[in-house]
Amino acid sequence: MAVLIDERTRLLVQGLTGREGTFHAQQAASYGTTVVGGVSPGKGGTTHAGWPIFDTVREAVALTGANASVIFVPPPAAADAILEAADAGLDVVVCITEGIPTRDMLPVIAFLNGRRTRLVGPNCPGVLSAGKAKAGIIPGHIGSRGSVGVVSRSGTLTYEAMHQLTRLGLGQTTCIGIGGDPLVGTTFVDALRLFAVDDATEAVVLIGEIGGSAEEDAARFIADGFRKPVVGFIAGQTAPPGRRMGHAGAIIAGGAGTAAQKQAALDAAGVTVVDSPADIGAAMARRLGA
Amino acid sequence: MKIHEYQAKNLLANAGVPVPRGEPALTAPDARAVAERLGGRVVLKAQIHAGGRGKGGGVKVVSDAAEAERTAEAMLGMTLVTAQTGPAGRKVGRLLIEEALDLDRELYVGIVIDRALACPVLMASRAGGMDIEQVAAETPELLLKEALDPVAGLRSFQARRLAYGLGLERPVAGRAAAVMLAAATAFRDLDASLLEINPLVVTDAGDVLALDAKVNLDDNALFRHPELRELRDIAEEEALEVEASKHSLSYVRLDGRIGCMVNGAGLAMATMDIIHLAGGEPANFLDVGGGANADQIRNAFRILMADPNVTAVLINIFGGILRCDVLAEGVIAAVRELDVQLPVVIRMEGTNVDTGKKMLSESGLNFTTADTMSEAAERVVALAGV
Repeated sequence: MAVLIDERTRLLVQGLTGREGTFHAQQAASYGTTVVGGVSPGKGGTTHAGWPIFDTVREAVALTGANASVIFVPPPAAADAILEAADAGLDVVVCITEGIPTRDMLPVIAFLNGRRTRLVGPNCPGVLSAGKAKAGIIPGHIGSRGSVGVVSRSGTLTYEAMHQLTRLGLGQTTCIGIGGDPLVGTTFVDALRLFAVDDATEAVVLIGEIGGSAEEDAARFIADGFRKPVVGFIAGQTAPPGRRMGHAGAIIAGGAGTAAQKQAALDAAGVTVVDSPADIGAAMARRLGA
Repeated sequence: MKIHEYQAKNLLANAGVPVPRGEPALTAPDARAVAERLGGRVVLKAQIHAGGRGKGGGVKVVSDAAEAERTAEAMLGMTLVTAQTGPAGRKVGRLLIEEALDLDRELYVGIVIDRALACPVLMASRAGGMDIEQVAAETPELLLKEALDPVAGLRSFQARRLAYGLGLERPVAGRAAAVMLAAATAFRDLDASLLEINPLVVTDAGDVLALDAKVNLDDNALFRHPELRELRDIAEEEALEVEASKHSLSYVRLDGRIGCMVNGAGLAMATMDIIHLAGGEPANFLDVGGGANADQIRNAFRILMADPNVTAVLINIFGGILRCDVLAEGVIAAVRELDVQLPVVIRMEGTNVDTGKKMLSESGLNFTTADTMSEAAERVVALAGV
């Protein structure tokens, strides 16, 4: 088992004809993902790198049976690409694009409310279900099959955690990069809900960072009855207040969103919180008695 | 992106928010001329990108134009230290000269994005002119909130509810509600990430005006606001950060001695943290991005070298898609070209890592390689001599 995507996923790539889109479509396919085609408005009817290209998501879904999409579309058009994918009824939409204006994301989150579509991202590395499928830019070779779920706001820290786990013989079920923007489709709590009902996932690595209160929300959810062991790390313990640290959402504002607050909340919820990013894998090994 | 108070007030005035009459001044004679036009009794306000100016001596009331000139002479060029500038303070290069008003009440109005609700929230309080975080912590009942519809924005009934909740009566309540509606529209139209009017004042005559204003703009939306991009004041920014932004490098200067070069924002923060855990302090946050190519690495080195506090460099790269041999080639070329003399510790992981390490060790340059992040942090702290 896995969450969000697996061997039944039929993946569409929105923006497949671009450089990034082409490269990562090929990477996903060589990982074993069923990539069924691409959407690039104005290029419908052509083929690119062996895949059929469609003008609209609806048309692509009708002709390929796609049930998920990954978006490599530039920021000005990305929010609309998410809306189009949700309107076409896809189960999972993963948006990699970094730099979407917050104002564009507000109506997107509202539109998704009550619909079947689950959005992951934007500004994220995507999703990888080890040995089954990947949608996004997570390098396939650093993961391995196993029973640990990973959820993270950061891309390379996700890779770091996967790498440490794999080295210690702890494989993963699904690794979810939820994204570094202030507004994202899937929160830590959403990801934990998915892992809670996934029998194959025995434990979870949760990687947060400064800014917002998503980690505190996760701590509350865990304290309220999430039964699987969780190892947590919060990036930005040394970040100065009031400065944006790379990600649009990584900023301590008005004394809120500090790493110390998040670490304390997770710790109180029973999460094993590590201070060092190098200890994530080892802490999980200890929690699992491996 | 941060902008100055006088710029924020211009934007709000264009959106229909009443503001005091005033003009910016760059010289003392200019300040005098503006004061004369405004009738003599004016307020001089230092224009820097930080709050807490009043307590730091950055806001002065004067009674005539001659005094305005003398006061401006003293304020222009002064280094203003406030709770938000840090100990180094900011040099004052510009003043806003405004008419002095007789105030009856001071209110607070602010709009931010609430991440959990995924919508903008307008906050209003009768405790204006104070630090709003303190109000929220100590007297939360004085902080009123309304969630804005993500598409429609603030509704009239919400603005009325807030105005009456502030204890205002007609016709002032109507004027305050109109200001809140205009501010909410400005927040959306400007792609703001923060809009604060603190205080929003009621004058003795019953007028409602934005006495102070702060607007932060969403960097990601500037592509569709070329006119707002013009408002950037690079004199308010750290020179190395300005230089880094030209090369699409995400860089924040800090106080430590260990320069860091990392790919990915989360890993870059985590690298700062692990340096601290090893007993050192990072000189910066630097994310070279996912596809760090030779050019980016060279630019990153140039910026790290330009910080005189840096005594050693830590490169921490998780090469997912990026191959470690390509990275090593870029690092070697940059170190040779820029004649980097500082010790450089490299921790890299990912595709072709062994080839990459071999290239570094055979280069004859002053590299130390490490297998893990903690080992890398310990080595660089030792080499930095802290």
